Amino acid sequence: MRVTLHVWRQPGPAHAGVFVRYDMTDVSPDMSFLEMLDVLNQQLLARKDDPIAFDHDCREGICGACGMVINGRPHGPQRATTTCQLHMRSFADGAELWIEPWRARAFPVIKDLVVDRGAFDRIVQSGGFITARTGSAPEANTLLVPKRDADLAMDAAACIGCGACVAACPNASAMLFVAAKVSHLALLPQGQPERATRVVSMVAQMDAEGFGACTNHGECMAACPKDISIDFIVQLNRDYWKAATSRKAQAVSKDGGDS
Amino acid sequence: MELRSHIPDGPLAAKWERHRSEVKLVNPANKLKHHILVVGSGLAGASAAASLAELGYRVSCFCFQDSPRRAHSIAAQGGINAAKNYQNDGDSVFRLFYDTIKGGDFRAREANVYRLAEVSARIIDQCTAQGVPFAREYGGLLANRSFGGVQVSRTFYARGQTGQQLLLGAYQALSRQVGIGTVQMHARHEMLDLVVIDGRARGIIVRDLVTGAVSAHAGDAVVLATGGYSNVYYLSTNAKGCNVTAIWRAHKRGATFANPCFTQIHPTCIPQTGPHQSKLTLMSESLRNDGRIWVPKKKGDTRPPHQIPEEERDYYLERLYPSYGNLAPRDIASRRAKEVCDEGRGVGPGGHGVYLDFRDAIARLGRGVIAERYGNLFEMYQRITGEDPFQGPMRIYPAPHYTMGGLWVDYNLMTTIDGLYAIGEANFSDHGANRLGASALMQGLADGYFILPYTVGDYLAQAKPAKVDPEHPAFRQVRGEVGEQVRRLLAASGRKTADAFHRELGRVMWDKCGMSRNATGLKQALGRIGALRDEFWKDVYVGGKGEELNQSLEHAGRVADFFEFAELMCHDALHREESCGCHFREEYQTPEGEAQRDDERFGYVAAWEFAGAGKEPVLHKESLVFEAVHLAQRSYK
Repeated sequence: MRVTLHVWRQPGPAHAGVFVRYDMTDVSPDMSFLEMLDVLNQQLLARKDDPIAFDHDCREGICGACGMVINGRPHGPQRATTTCQLHMRSFADGAELWIEPWRARAFPVIKDLVVDRGAFDRIVQSGGFITARTGSAPEANTLLVPKRDADLAMDAAACIGCGACVAACPNASAMLFVAAKVSHLALLPQGQPERATRVVSMVAQMDAEGFGACTNHGECMAACPKDISIDFIVQLNRDYWKAATSRKAQAVSKDGGDS
Repeated sequence: MELRSHIPDGPLAAKWERHRSEVKLVNPANKLKHHILVVGSGLAGASAAASLAELGYRVSCFCFQDSPRRAHSIAAQGGINAAKNYQNDGDSVFRLFYDTIKGGDFRAREANVYRLAEVSARIIDQCTAQGVPFAREYGGLLANRSFGGVQVSRTFYARGQTGQQLLLGAYQALSRQVGIGTVQMHARHEMLDLVVIDGRARGIIVRDLVTGAVSAHAGDAVVLATGGYSNVYYLSTNAKGCNVTAIWRAHKRGATFANPCFTQIHPTCIPQTGPHQSKLTLMSESLRNDGRIWVPKKKGDTRPPHQIPEEERDYYLERLYPSYGNLAPRDIASRRAKEVCDEGRGVGPGGHGVYLDFRDAIARLGRGVIAERYGNLFEMYQRITGEDPFQGPMRIYPAPHYTMGGLWVDYNLMTTIDGLYAIGEANFSDHGANRLGASALMQGLADGYFILPYTVGDYLAQAKPAKVDPEHPAFRQVRGEVGEQVRRLLAASGRKTADAFHRELGRVMWDKCGMSRNATGLKQALGRIGALRDEFWKDVYVGGKGEELNQSLEHAGRVADFFEFAELMCHDALHREESCGCHFREEYQTPEGEAQRDDERFGYVAAWEFAGAGKEPVLHKESLVFEAVHLAQRSYK
């Protein structure tokens, strides 16, 4: 099959970017989207042009490294599918594809389709964990977790941190990402002691990173390759307001978080 | 060079406990003075970095990915073993130990494997405390499933994303330390060399993959948790970035490399579709719990599977191994698949595939149960192949997946360079010649959470390394050498890309040093690799600059190291004139086509010393002494 690509090329953060057109022939429908870009990059190198930079690693849809906006949709047209798992059979012969990086103030472009998602790591560092020092854990089965809760926690924990939710949101909000981690840990008995401080700290860090606010568009859920539900944002909001108005959280805001 | 394994005295079951009580401790106030460099942020690296920081050490952690959460442990699907005996089915520490030793075809060190089994239960406790959402039963207790090569149900899992959840647990523990400021995290940094001063590992040279800056980092100990080298085959189930560079450079600086030819070919992967293929995708081995593997009895039978009647199907694993059936260990399942395909009975394009069929399981348990157990795997299969496994059988074929070989380490996980440790897949120690399913996660976390934090302290307390400055001449020299290699790669203005060379190398390795090997083929491979490597340096084209994000340059550096490493792998495979586990030498097999070990001549770990560029590596042997187990021909019949 043939496809026409318009790929965002940007040499570095300080440079302006432009769309560059590439015409691809002999594309196999069995190729993954990234394999199609691999082929293009080999062609570019063969004529001593600069290959297109893009993040990718596992190519199994789990590491969360890859991600590009394809025809306006993060990760492309297939529901619940990362870019690396998208195959060319999803496109019509002769399709015209516009490929861009995630666009959000909190995700500055490094080069071409590669962006800096360090903000997500810093949000987790601010409180997205359960404090369980190595060596101090009790026997695992002393703690019973109803299957329903464990399953729901797993639904939230399935987030791969790719950033598609931010790219899809008109406000570039990171609410789905934060809500997934907050909910995963809040649904488990182990997560209770730090529940209030966690949500307040993570939301504060999210705001500090320059992500926008959530105005219930629901685009994040539609773009999420792991089908994370916006119901978790409801859980986040409930936890946040409960914590922010409680005495615990005032203690948090005074000493700046994890005490 | 003498290989000293430092296995503690005493009965097997008491060794670790005793060693733990006898290791030297670092005074809490002094821990802060020690700086430990951890390279890699997968299960082993992240758990080690977090645990060491919790103890009070200053830690720097490096990963080439944009976030430590993306290390390839994340892709492990099936589960993690632990001798909890929650199912009351007769499991015990000894049984897990024995299964692992036997599964490894008696080529692993007893004391290390016993310790692994011993700490396995605490890993589950630790991960549960961190909030890892393991699968649960309706009563709220942890659930288990069974896995290949064993007859008890001891595998803990989180849907088909166990590696992801365990890694996120370790990543969150690490993140907590980064937030507190006890760990300095360096993402998008690749280790390109090791600095050794007076026989001790004192630091590393890294390249910042965004700016291209090459810098030196000094420390009191260096921990390599950089994973395996399956990508020497080009096509493997590993992530695209997985590479041998860190452990290869350490090898060139004096760390011996053990059993490099022990590479695992996983039986249940999605077959290739064409020459554009960039990697292979694994389907969890847990599928073999309910899926039945078969091929047509007739050669060249191209009928669609549902038109092939029952009596014309060959469920070859069930036929050959009645007691283990479809749960035969990985090495055996892979080899038998290759065998039936080589006979011309393979299915799908090119005949490189066998069926994994859920028809009977769906009929017995219902679609709902199968969807609950394997839903995400079925979806993944459908996304990649466009076929629905509820409608017809999956097609699978073996693919390189895991490397049992790695840097040689002693009982303390220290390499032959003082102060240099290798943990997780990067070392050789626990899986012998074949790893059982759900053991890699166990080993990575055992090393990182429960073993290394003790043994590093022991070294620091005794060695008391003096402070060293990254401006020390040794650092300057190695940094210069690294810069020189980068310049050399960029200066080459040939016609072929590093990727093209990598594919060629991969084909040679798969054909000659893959699922089965023979002396003639290995000798051919050695000649071919040398020629290809020369061609690489003459005819590669990298492009771009050193002072920018340059993915072509990153890849070229890794391919250059794979070329050197591939030769060592073939040397090792050639010298080991026996078959054991995944190392199947065609010349050495039983009449039934099983691996024929030669314990007399090869009951040892082959640890290779680097003798200089272009020179034959030097072999050192660590004899394997078995006290607790009786060496037997493995039987899964």
